[in-house]
Amino acid sequence: MSAIYILWLREVKRYSRSRAQVIASLGQPLLYLLALGFGLGPVFEKAGQGSYLQFVAPGVIGMSVLFSSIFSGIGLLWDRQFGFLKETLVAPVPRLYIMIGRTFGGATVSMIQGTMVIVICLIAGFRPHHLSSLPMAVLFMALIAIVFAALGTTIGSRLQNMQGFQLIMNFLVMPIYFLSGALYPLNNLPVGLRIATRIDPLTYGIDGLRGAFIGTSHFSTGTNVGIMSAVAVIFLTMGARSFARIQV
Amino acid sequence: MIHVQDLVKTFGEVKAVDHISFDVAEGEIFAFLGPNGAGKTTTIQMLTTLVTPTSGTIALDGIDPRQHPHDVRRRFGIVFQDPSLDGELTAYENLELHGVLYHVPRRTRTERIERLLKLFELWERRDAVVKTFSGGMKRRLEIARGFLHTPKILFLDEPTLGLDPQSRNQLWTHVKHLNESERVTVFLTTHYMDEADRVASRIAIIDHGRIVAQGSSQELKAQTKTESLEAAFLALTGSTIRDERADAADQMRQVARMWRR
Repeated sequence: MSAIYILWLREVKRYSRSRAQVIASLGQPLLYLLALGFGLGPVFEKAGQGSYLQFVAPGVIGMSVLFSSIFSGIGLLWDRQFGFLKETLVAPVPRLYIMIGRTFGGATVSMIQGTMVIVICLIAGFRPHHLSSLPMAVLFMALIAIVFAALGTTIGSRLQNMQGFQLIMNFLVMPIYFLSGALYPLNNLPVGLRIATRIDPLTYGIDGLRGAFIGTSHFSTGTNVGIMSAVAVIFLTMGARSFARIQV
Repeated sequence: MIHVQDLVKTFGEVKAVDHISFDVAEGEIFAFLGPNGAGKTTTIQMLTTLVTPTSGTIALDGIDPRQHPHDVRRRFGIVFQDPSLDGELTAYENLELHGVLYHVPRRTRTERIERLLKLFELWERRDAVVKTFSGGMKRRLEIARGFLHTPKILFLDEPTLGLDPQSRNQLWTHVKHLNESERVTVFLTTHYMDEADRVASRIAIIDHGRIVAQGSSQELKAQTKTESLEAAFLALTGSTIRDERADAADQMRQVARMWRR
């Protein structure tokens, strides 16, 4: 247990010491929120869907959690590059614990990141419908964070160097985001997109966040929690297996 | 304590380690000498569960690292050849993390961290993040970390690379002490013949992945009819300079390795 804790603590410490990175990673969600929130707002309203800012804010919060959690997992590559990974791999601690400490550390960090984006959204004019729904929102942030930190760990364990990074970014992370319904409503989609959004786990995370924050969601809360939890278990298992097989 | 038989590791068609066999007895200090790229580090990586051998037998304290990696990891400590510190953490935090991973009880941990940081003259900089350290300071910290817990077997992969003579002296005094008082078995690699001569009870010379000779320093000198260990080493391995492999084929291999399996 103490091994899990110290590796969790390491992730949090590293995050709190990299101020430049914290600020840089707030830039992108801010851009999405302002450019899309205000840019598409009038069209969205004319289509009779209400305020786009209200609609897109949970999506942007989900995005920041997605990005920071998946990158925290891929951060494994940096540890490989700088050599620290070896130090943990030869330690007399089951690799499962090491993987769990790292992954939950990464998930914690991305929840902090998500919370900061919530604050930015509030400043930009986003209004959650009820404060009592906040615990539910935190639950969904946690689920998104764990699912994608575990996915990041899986990828980080299998990649040997940074060359594959761009590939992951363009063919995995961005599609996960754009096919999740973070930016558009899930009803009345063309068949292809409809299927893609249903496959994408982030869809259920963002839908859950939307349900918690603005009180309207496409799926029921039970469905969203159920699917996200199941995916979390699958990805954690995958991450643990890949991590256990790492060779230097 | 360490038993190795017919150990082989190939990367593609390159044989990094080619049918080597040796035994290290409990409480012995065993040195692995060889030119660059001879297979020293690969051997250590196989012994320490970091790399799976292609074929051959390994037993550490009677246990096979492939079958029971976790049990093997409880028995050894290692100082790596290349950096393995977390640059974003402080010197103290790096040692603390190591102590926790190696189950050193809190009180002992605090005491030992202080003693080792003072011994390697890093105590004043204990709260500075490691990325601000010079190369020599980082190296000293790695070595201090290696002594934080007392393993049954201690692997030292070119530990003195980049160390000043003072720290080098501290290191070998400490290794000798551990070996004598705690009966720690030591497996080391080095480029410095005088060090191997001074501390090792037995030496194996490895070249092109094969062990070309093994025995005590005296035996090696007698075998080659030379005066010094250095002369014996050159007599056994020739005097051509070795480059670590990094040709076009090697780069291709790296790209291919990006996605394993």
